[in-house]
Amino acid sequence: MRSPAKSASLGWRNGWSRIFVLAVLQVGLIGLQDAPAESGLVLQPTVEQNYQPRQYQGQLEPDDGQWVRPAKDYASTRYSSLDQINAGNVKNLKLTFTFSTGMTRGHEAAPLVVNNTMYIVTPFPNNLYALDLTKPGAPMKWVYEPLPTPASQGVACCDVVNRGASYDDGKIYYNTLDNQTVAVDAVTGKEVWKTRVGDINKGESMTMAPLVVKGKVLVGNSGGEFGVRGWLTALDGKTGKIAWRAYTAGPDKDVLIGHRFKPFYPQDRGQDLGVKSWPPDSWKIGGGGVWGWISYDPQLNLIYYGTANPGPWDAEARPGDNKFTAGIFARDPDTGEAVWFYQFSPHDLYDYDGVNENILLDLPINGQTRKVLVHPDRNGYVYVIDRATGEVLSANAFAPITTSRGVDLKTGLLQYVEEKRPITGKVVRGLCPSAPGAKDWQPSAFSPRTGLLYIPHNHLCMDEEDLQPNYIAGTPYVGANVRMYNAPGGYGGEFTGWDPVEGKVVWTNPDRFPVWSGALATAGDVVFYGTLDGWFKAVDAKSGTLLWQFKTGSGIIGQPTTYKGPDGKQYVAILSGVGGWAGAIVAGGLDARDESAALGFAAAMKDLPHYTNKGGMLYVFALP
Amino acid sequence: MCKPLHIAPLLMAATLLASCKREERTLRQPPPASETLNTIQISGLNPGANSIPTPPSSNMYQESAYAVSEGQKLYEGYNCVGCHAHGGGGIGPALMDRDWIYGSEPGNIFATIMQGRPNGMPSFRNRIPEYQAWEIAAYVRSMAGLLPKGVSPNRTDHMNVKPAESSTSEQTPIGITGLPEQHK
Ligand code: HEC
Repeated sequence: MRSPAKSASLGWRNGWSRIFVLAVLQVGLIGLQDAPAESGLVLQPTVEQNYQPRQYQGQLEPDDGQWVRPAKDYASTRYSSLDQINAGNVKNLKLTFTFSTGMTRGHEAAPLVVNNTMYIVTPFPNNLYALDLTKPGAPMKWVYEPLPTPASQGVACCDVVNRGASYDDGKIYYNTLDNQTVAVDAVTGKEVWKTRVGDINKGESMTMAPLVVKGKVLVGNSGGEFGVRGWLTALDGKTGKIAWRAYTAGPDKDVLIGHRFKPFYPQDRGQDLGVKSWPPDSWKIGGGGVWGWISYDPQLNLIYYGTANPGPWDAEARPGDNKFTAGIFARDPDTGEAVWFYQFSPHDLYDYDGVNENILLDLPINGQTRKVLVHPDRNGYVYVIDRATGEVLSANAFAPITTSRGVDLKTGLLQYVEEKRPITGKVVRGLCPSAPGAKDWQPSAFSPRTGLLYIPHNHLCMDEEDLQPNYIAGTPYVGANVRMYNAPGGYGGEFTGWDPVEGKVVWTNPDRFPVWSGALATAGDVVFYGTLDGWFKAVDAKSGTLLWQFKTGSGIIGQPTTYKGPDGKQYVAILSGVGGWAGAIVAGGLDARDESAALGFAAAMKDLPHYTNKGGMLYVFALP
Repeated sequence: MCKPLHIAPLLMAATLLASCKREERTLRQPPPASETLNTIQISGLNPGANSIPTPPSSNMYQESAYAVSEGQKLYEGYNCVGCHAHGGGGIGPALMDRDWIYGSEPGNIFATIMQGRPNGMPSFRNRIPEYQAWEIAAYVRSMAGLLPKGVSPNRTDHMNVKPAESSTSEQTPIGITGLPEQHK
């Protein structure tokens, strides 16, 4: 095993030390009194010395060359079996067509491709564009404009993004910022139904991409910084009628906890924990939104999704475990009944939402093939969990961590570090990972050819001062001053090849800024991702070596997808358009003289405005 | 729920403030809301007339260090800070820079707070008493260095995330007339 210092420098390309010096200089020039605390690291990722590509032995869904769901398949692999573009020829990749969305906020959606049509959802005002892939230049077929109320922009914590749509049964389904789920006819662009599922005056908004399972459209709310009460809702795909709703907190009947609920660990068992693990009534405004990803296992007939942070951030205002926030639910998609739950961050102290992607794989663990889910969490660990029972099989650090010492595999409990506990009215420094976590929403990809998980992520720490919050419905309910900065090493992000079986880093590419885009893995052994300063990159799936890159017009926070065009060629698509929490400094024109801007993210992103400008544009590439 | 509980400190602050104010020699009252809302202008176009300047609205509170510091507390208490941070912005725009969509004059800011603004600025009309809105408006101006140094807050009780208002250099506002606005 390597020493932490060495592992942190793994994969550095020439010039990183120079960037580090620059970053230090910048901090010096700004002249704020508090130097980033660089000591006290408890955990660093371990590096795998002798990686041999391990062919995946499990089954993946058959691939028809389209991209109909946010994460490609129900297992959320973001892997395409298309292999025309490969490590040898990707250097010849050329731009085929572009399409401007005319919008200047963060573009996080994945372009879908169904029946030779591409579908793009924009940030607020959430227009849906259909592009005809059978014609040169992919002209627009139609646009659907849901016209959400402009006031909804006030309750979107971290830019007015939208993470995209799902296709099923002739319809495109997606959510608007002002809490409407819409179904649009995929051929005509006509609205089939529209259902209001939330209320901006309770601080609710919607940004997640739905998943359609057995004719039910699964959607969840955002608003952990607004004191919402989080939920996942299933709507009938044909009519838009609500079939069931499962709240994150509250009495068992609201959480849809009944006789089938069998969590693996005793701390998650008991009656009405969604009420009892809170001060009186706090669960009603306790956050726990469902704004991330949903996966589905058809054999077990279970859906998996994470719940967001409890609110407010000031944890002293909500003593208790705050069930069932910052954890993961397995539910029956037909009835919504909970089958198990596991809490990544009990009584979350640092805004460590549990909403990140869950990749469903069958992996060899201690000589046995287990049905698992792999989940890189904000708290800094990649969890491997038995997806039938909720038992944690491993949890290994993939980023620098000071806030915890590990996960006790017997009890499943996160081992918090007492000295790093935020206290109301006191500044606590050197908290790693920072509030957006070791990894935020930006989804990973898995390649069955290498057995690796490709994780776009952050490399940030923070100082935090908790403050007594004041609940006023429709306004932020946070109670914290935060300032973020790069973790030791002087860079803000990484793109990491991770071995989920060994729980180790195989390679990592540091980046100046957090890597806030999704990842795409392909059978050509090329992996794609984008950077906040606008580079769209193709790297070797085995080594991470950069094979090709293209500078787009704005920072990339979108999700790359790939498809087979009507001409039989493989295409790769990405939305460029900086924004999101990390890019809000550019998209919102924030003033970084105030380091607490964008909930403290602006402090770490002071330089970004020198590297990129706003503006949404689709880029589609192919070999000549 | 916890609404009444949490709002209590604010009410207390209000009562305290009212009693303190008697001790001050100020006799002037802030302009009535109706007058302000009738005279403020958020367009620089004046059809048929040659550039009539926006009537500057006065705010006596911006002359008092005490009122400005009350404004600072209220800015946090009413959760302005949650959307605008300490002036750098977040959900809402930065308030410490020279860009003002709806005007930088005290009356403009008062109107922004009371009426709300379409793209996500809540209307606080039934939540914030008028005199408090004027105090907040004064504090907001101090963030952009638009108040005399002597009345702007020069320290914070909290984590230091930006230079104090009193050492923020004046950010000459780009007014809604397109010209730098005049102010003292
Ligand atoms: C829920 C979020 C939210 C809260 C709470 C909030 N604001 Fe705003 N504010 C916004 C948004 C969004 C805008 C931009 C509105 C627009 O462009 O239409 C804005 C605009 C403004 C503006 C106009 C800026 C300009 O350039 O003209 C001012 C001044 C302002 N807010 C002050 C305040 C004050 C003072 C408070 C507390 C009393 C407050 N805001 C609370 C979101 C918020």
